[in-house]
Amino acid sequence: MNWLIEFFGDPASWSGPDGIPVRFAEHLEFAGLSLLLAMLVAVPLGLWIGHTGRGALLVVLSANAARALPTLGLLVLIVLLMGVGTIAPVLIPLVALAVPPILVNTYEGVRGVDPDLRDAAYGMGLRGGQVLGRVLVPVALPLILLGLRTAAIQVVATATVAAYVGLGGLGRYIIDGLATQRYPLAVGGAVLVALLALTVQGLFGLLQRVLVSPGVSGRQKIR
Amino acid sequence: MGRLWQGGRAPAGDQGLRMITFDDVTKRYPDGTVAVDGLSLQAPSGEITVFVGPSGCGKTTSLRMINRMIDATGGRILLDGVDVRTIDPPTLRRGIGYVIQQAGLFPHRKIVDNVATVPYLLGWDRRKARARAMELLERVGLDPKLAGRYPFQLSGGQQQRVGVARALAADPPVLLMDEPFSAVDPIVRASLQDELLRLQAELNKTIVFVTHDIDEAIKLGDRVAVLRVGGRLAQLAAPAELLADPADDFVREFLGRDRGIRRLSFIPGDGLRLRTDLTVPASAEAASARGTAEPWLVVVDADGRPLGWVAREDLPDSGTLAGVPAAPYGAFVRGRDSLRSALDAALLSPSGNAVAVDGSGRVEGVVTRQELDAALARAAEGARG
Amino acid sequence: MAEEPLVRWDWIGRNWPEILELVADNVVMALVPVVVGLLVALPLGLAGARWRWFYQPAVGVMNVVYSLPSLAVFIVLIPITGLATRTTVMVPLVFYAMAVLIPAVVDGLASVPDHVRQSAVAMGFTPLRRLLAVELPIAVPVVLAGLRVATVSSVSLVSVGALVGRGGLGYLFIDGWQRQFPTPIVVGIVLVVLLAGAADLLLVLAQRWLTPWASARTAARSGRRGAA
Ligand SMILES: Nc1ncnc2c1ncn2[C@@H]1O[C@H](COP(=O)(O)OP(=O)(O)OP(=O)(O)O)[C@@H](O)[C@H]1O
Ligand SMILES: [Mg+2]
Repeated sequence: MNWLIEFFGDPASWSGPDGIPVRFAEHLEFAGLSLLLAMLVAVPLGLWIGHTGRGALLVVLSANAARALPTLGLLVLIVLLMGVGTIAPVLIPLVALAVPPILVNTYEGVRGVDPDLRDAAYGMGLRGGQVLGRVLVPVALPLILLGLRTAAIQVVATATVAAYVGLGGLGRYIIDGLATQRYPLAVGGAVLVALLALTVQGLFGLLQRVLVSPGVSGRQKIR
Repeated sequence: MGRLWQGGRAPAGDQGLRMITFDDVTKRYPDGTVAVDGLSLQAPSGEITVFVGPSGCGKTTSLRMINRMIDATGGRILLDGVDVRTIDPPTLRRGIGYVIQQAGLFPHRKIVDNVATVPYLLGWDRRKARARAMELLERVGLDPKLAGRYPFQLSGGQQQRVGVARALAADPPVLLMDEPFSAVDPIVRASLQDELLRLQAELNKTIVFVTHDIDEAIKLGDRVAVLRVGGRLAQLAAPAELLADPADDFVREFLGRDRGIRRLSFIPGDGLRLRTDLTVPASAEAASARGTAEPWLVVVDADGRPLGWVAREDLPDSGTLAGVPAAPYGAFVRGRDSLRSALDAALLSPSGNAVAVDGSGRVEGVVTRQELDAALARAAEGARG
Repeated sequence: MAEEPLVRWDWIGRNWPEILELVADNVVMALVPVVVGLLVALPLGLAGARWRWFYQPAVGVMNVVYSLPSLAVFIVLIPITGLATRTTVMVPLVFYAMAVLIPAVVDGLASVPDHVRQSAVAMGFTPLRRLLAVELPIAVPVVLAGLRVATVSSVSLVSVGALVGRGGLGYLFIDGWQRQFPTPIVVGIVLVVLLAGAADLLLVLAQRWLTPWASARTAARSGRRGAA
């Protein structure tokens, strides 16, 4: 507790290029960008594979392979090969981390929609795209959001390792604190990351409430 | 060809126009299964044609070829002479109502929007589509209060009614129904069947109805197509004809045991001769009633409605008939009910006679057991011919 | 540096015994937390499946734990369990495994069709027999799918521990970075992926063997509580 007061109570923690606002913004940039990129890849791919049923094996295999990739290893390797001129070295491992949960959940969400529902939708004269957009996506939305939430939390938590190769973000406090034996700094950084992750979690809860039809969420509660 | 199908809501005069023709239709699935083999038949406009047969005989396949959920591999299916293969499937389907077993309602949409699905697709404006949906909910016997609910908040029977309303929303001239009532309990099923018949009397759609339940087929069908495994037509006939004269052993077996009794449902009861001298008002003196030669009499109230049977032997010496306990009776409506109902009414009466009433429940007379025997004999004669 | 090849094979040859030690260390630190996590998750998951009121808070707590960066947890643990000890690295991994496995157990039990459960009751199974003989076997595919996710993730997460001095193959990343020498890093990544793949394969085989009646389909579908 004292450590926390020491860190958060110090005005120096809040200003300058190493201040909390700057580190926070950097962290959000890494996490937000990689989540966005992963989403742009994984959601359409998951929808397409789930809708057409083509390439399902690819989802299972690639998702598990991507889970096995050690983020830290990828990060140091890429920086070693490419240098630290851009934030690309951070983005690549984080995107690799975020794609599997989004892809698997989107795919499973669409795949798992009651076949009778698809049948009824086609039977009433909806076209392929309309079936996807008006029926499959709204019904699969809870799972798609679950995938995005899992990915977002992992990315926020893992973006800390970027600091190890000299990049910014909240991980700076942890790595620096550790390297210089200043525990208040390290613990303060850890708390900030955890708070951010919890905020993300809460945001997704809100998003779920706003976006998912009560007809879908209500049904799940009854299950 | 396309013009007929682009309007969505057909003009009223156009309603009875859709006739469905199967012309030597075959379906062979990619794995080699021949589900339908050389099927030729017509589903006349404004009638309910039922496909019935054992599981796996190709009913669903046949039905789904009409709206091109499945494409035939041989032969043609014509809608008023137009080959369905020449019509873009979504356009075709928007002009054909489709009801399936589990209703297939969209869980994320409120009931009213579920019903308005096809009108929305056809580009109706929202208000008009919703107004139409509300009208249909009422039509199929649902409380308009349910309109704002989601499907999971409805019972199975209610969901099925919504499914029917949804299929009717754009007023398509053709309705395809695949075992729509088989997932609900028998009582709800019977009421849904009655509802469908009532709707059909108003709407005159061309309906193709799939079931594996022969009783349902006989109750609903104007014509019944019995299919055998492999999707070959065993017999196509009106229900009465089917019961009276099955084409072969397969059909006979499929129709089941009570074929003779069930056939009576199709013989009207209005040809039965009535005796009017067996009716006595409750205000009559018991003593005078004892004077007749008849063993059983029907007592009626001041309005002419039946109170029950009294046995002559049990009548007291004094007082009116109102004081005499009456035995239960069975009645049938002579202008409406079948010979089967008349027989049923007779079996429910201790006298063995059936009470005939008019539409408002007033006694018209009594059909004696002798008269019923004669009618049954005539019916048996008919079955042989 | 420009002429430095991505992989120098002679380095691998020279350091092979050390590499093998790291592999062993990684295996232990990855698998112990999964096993412990499973042992804890089974009763908690059972409780969650029985009592709905228990499930929501349990999953809530797990979600919170899950959202903590492992690095942050290491930091907090160091004063208690020490720098560069296996325990420091394994404790957060236990929690991650639980975060994946508790929902998997609950989902698995929820996947038992109600009519199957009812007919078991009707045949006179006692609750315990029913659990062991009917419900758990049916839940196996879903639980195993969760176990696959947990195991693969655990193998790869161990390497982060290198930042606090004990990370199995992760040591190779630190080593390579500090010497600006890619060979150990590549070797480390390849070995982590191979290790994870091998563990995954074993679990798939275990599933085939344990549940010959379950299709690959159900297994694939339940892997969705994806975590890493
Ligand atoms: N997609 C398919 N691929 C291969 N064979 C199929 C396919 N769909 C149906 N069949 C086969 O075609 C035959 C007819 O099936 P169909 O679904 O039309 O039967 P049905 O009369 O509706 O049966 P039920 O009363 O059980 O619904 C069956 O033997 C079935 O196994
Ligand atoms: Mg069928």
